[in-house]
Amino acid sequence: MKLHEYRSKQIFARYDIPIPRGRVAMTAGEARAIAEELGGRAVIKAQVLVGGRGKAGGIRLAQSPEEAEELATQVLGMHIKGLPVRKVLVDQAADIQTEIYLGLTNDRATGSPVLIASAEGGIDIEEVARVRPEKIARVWVDPLLGLRTYQARNLAAGMELPRAHWGQFTDIARALYRVYKQTDATLAEINPLVILGGGSMLALDGKIVLDDNALFRHPELAELRDLDEEAASEREARKYGLSYVKLDGDVGCMVNGAGLAMATMDVIQHLGGRPANFLDVGGGAPAEKVAAALEIILSDRNVRVVLLNIFGGITRCDEVARGILMAMEEVKPQVPMVARLVGTNEEEGRRLLAEARMITATSLLEGAERAVAAAKGEAIEHPG
Amino acid sequence: MSILADRRTRLLVQGITGREGLFHASQMLEYGTQVVAGVSPGKGGEWVLGEKVPVFDTVESALTATGANCSVIFVPARAAADAMLEAADAGVPLLVCITEGIPVQDMMEVRAYLTGREIRLVGPNCPGLLTPGECKVGIIPGHIAIPGPVGVVSRSGTLTYEVLYALKQRGIGVSTCVGIGGDPIHGTNFIDALEMFEADAHTEQVVLIGEIGGTAEERAAEFISDHLTKPAVAFIAGQTAPPGKRMGHAGAIVEGGEGTAADKIEALIAVGVPVAEHPEAIPDLLKA
Repeated sequence: MKLHEYRSKQIFARYDIPIPRGRVAMTAGEARAIAEELGGRAVIKAQVLVGGRGKAGGIRLAQSPEEAEELATQVLGMHIKGLPVRKVLVDQAADIQTEIYLGLTNDRATGSPVLIASAEGGIDIEEVARVRPEKIARVWVDPLLGLRTYQARNLAAGMELPRAHWGQFTDIARALYRVYKQTDATLAEINPLVILGGGSMLALDGKIVLDDNALFRHPELAELRDLDEEAASEREARKYGLSYVKLDGDVGCMVNGAGLAMATMDVIQHLGGRPANFLDVGGGAPAEKVAAALEIILSDRNVRVVLLNIFGGITRCDEVARGILMAMEEVKPQVPMVARLVGTNEEEGRRLLAEARMITATSLLEGAERAVAAAKGEAIEHPG
Repeated sequence: MSILADRRTRLLVQGITGREGLFHASQMLEYGTQVVAGVSPGKGGEWVLGEKVPVFDTVESALTATGANCSVIFVPARAAADAMLEAADAGVPLLVCITEGIPVQDMMEVRAYLTGREIRLVGPNCPGLLTPGECKVGIIPGHIAIPGPVGVVSRSGTLTYEVLYALKQRGIGVSTCVGIGGDPIHGTNFIDALEMFEADAHTEQVVLIGEIGGTAEERAAEFISDHLTKPAVAFIAGQTAPPGKRMGHAGAIVEGGEGTAADKIEALIAVGVPVAEHPEAIPDLLKA
């Protein structure tokens, strides 16, 4: 779960990481009032959960409260990468001398946190990593010990930060580690961390991504989820404990298991079709989940056929089939349905589904072939 | 012959009185696995599964009483790290954690704790181990695989079943199937499993089932090139997955241009590992 910049910076401030003075505005009038409080010059920053806000014109510098109002009017009306801007952060403009990148994330290869810094801050760090990898310094942290001062100092030396700033840099790095640890973040990032004209440091922009699996430990953070920022269908899926990702194709997919769901999408594409979604309905495929999943898949108007691929294993396929039939009774899909079931009593399961005019298949390849053909409007034999 | 689990495995089930734990304990028992004990704090002294399996309050007491040498964990996500650490501390040499949804930072701590100790962790968020005809530790349906010379290692659950089933339908048997799990931070990785298959006299060739996210498949390709003398084939799921979206598994995400199926397929093909176009095509790629 991603947190907005202003939420991330509020958390930074609680851990004594210096942030600019500023507040969030929902209207241009509020933006003007905040700019006045800040003494006139202010930065108007769109609060949307995507990168590239600056390039899209979502971050603007105002020289006066009047201009702040004018720019806030523009930014509040924008869509950035499809997301409407509903809030702007109005921050005091800073006298920036140097921009640094500082971030903490999980390193999959070592299974430990890694602190990353670069003297080339303020821009896309992945781009720096690709083009000038020598400009990035890293230290790996023992999760049982936490980030030690010497490690942060090594990083400061590694990125050739002037010695005068080492003390403040290590304090901020250790505070950022506490943020990362105590919020169960998978990413805690300050980009840029700036050195001001007077020599002090300020976290100008911040980003925190929380581990969804750890939200049970942080009910106060779980409440910060911005429901406006995700597709309604993905939100609905989460409510039922389903994983759903919408895509651009027309073959709807309902599969038990994430790996098999991806493989099913891949087979559809391999056969010249286009998957409409990823959907993991979970183990056993109980009727109520199948019904919810079917509703979600069919809420996408592009879907011209639904392929169910349920590898039951131990699960009894006749029970899965009855569940599917109950769900179909409830949802009444108007598109062809193709089902491929494997598991105990699979023949009985297929027979029940075929009776209900569903197209059945014994292998994944066959199921995908039939679904792709149906999406292309080709005639399909109904077995039985 | 096999790796990790066989007839001599004496299995302890942590979380045996939970719905999943109890159901799968009965399946494992039915398959012929020696399920010697269960652990469920507060329920020590009870017996489950037709009075066949004693329940203990602690892993330590279960170990002392039964001599278990492997523990399978069905404990809910919020207590799973504790369960792994308890088993490690009691001296269980092999832990198989089935639980999905464990916080990443919990897993980092568990991994750091296990480093340098003679304890192997498989998982979490995995289907476990199956040595057909001998032993199953976890939730892989027993009837979908037959004994034979092919080692299988996979990050996935039902996709692995799909492959096992495709092999069985062609009469191809499996030495051991290892589900290493779909979490970004886990215990046993592809390379560990490949090393064990290389050393196992009965395994003649290997199937590797990967998916998007991270670079484990690329590192496995390097290992295969340098150290694996046995033929290997692969399948990589997620060619159609969009970047930046988590595809069900916590670890299945393309981030910052890293972890794409295309990169993994390219790395494997570059070291001479054939990559199947779909899971049911894997048997065609194996050496006859």
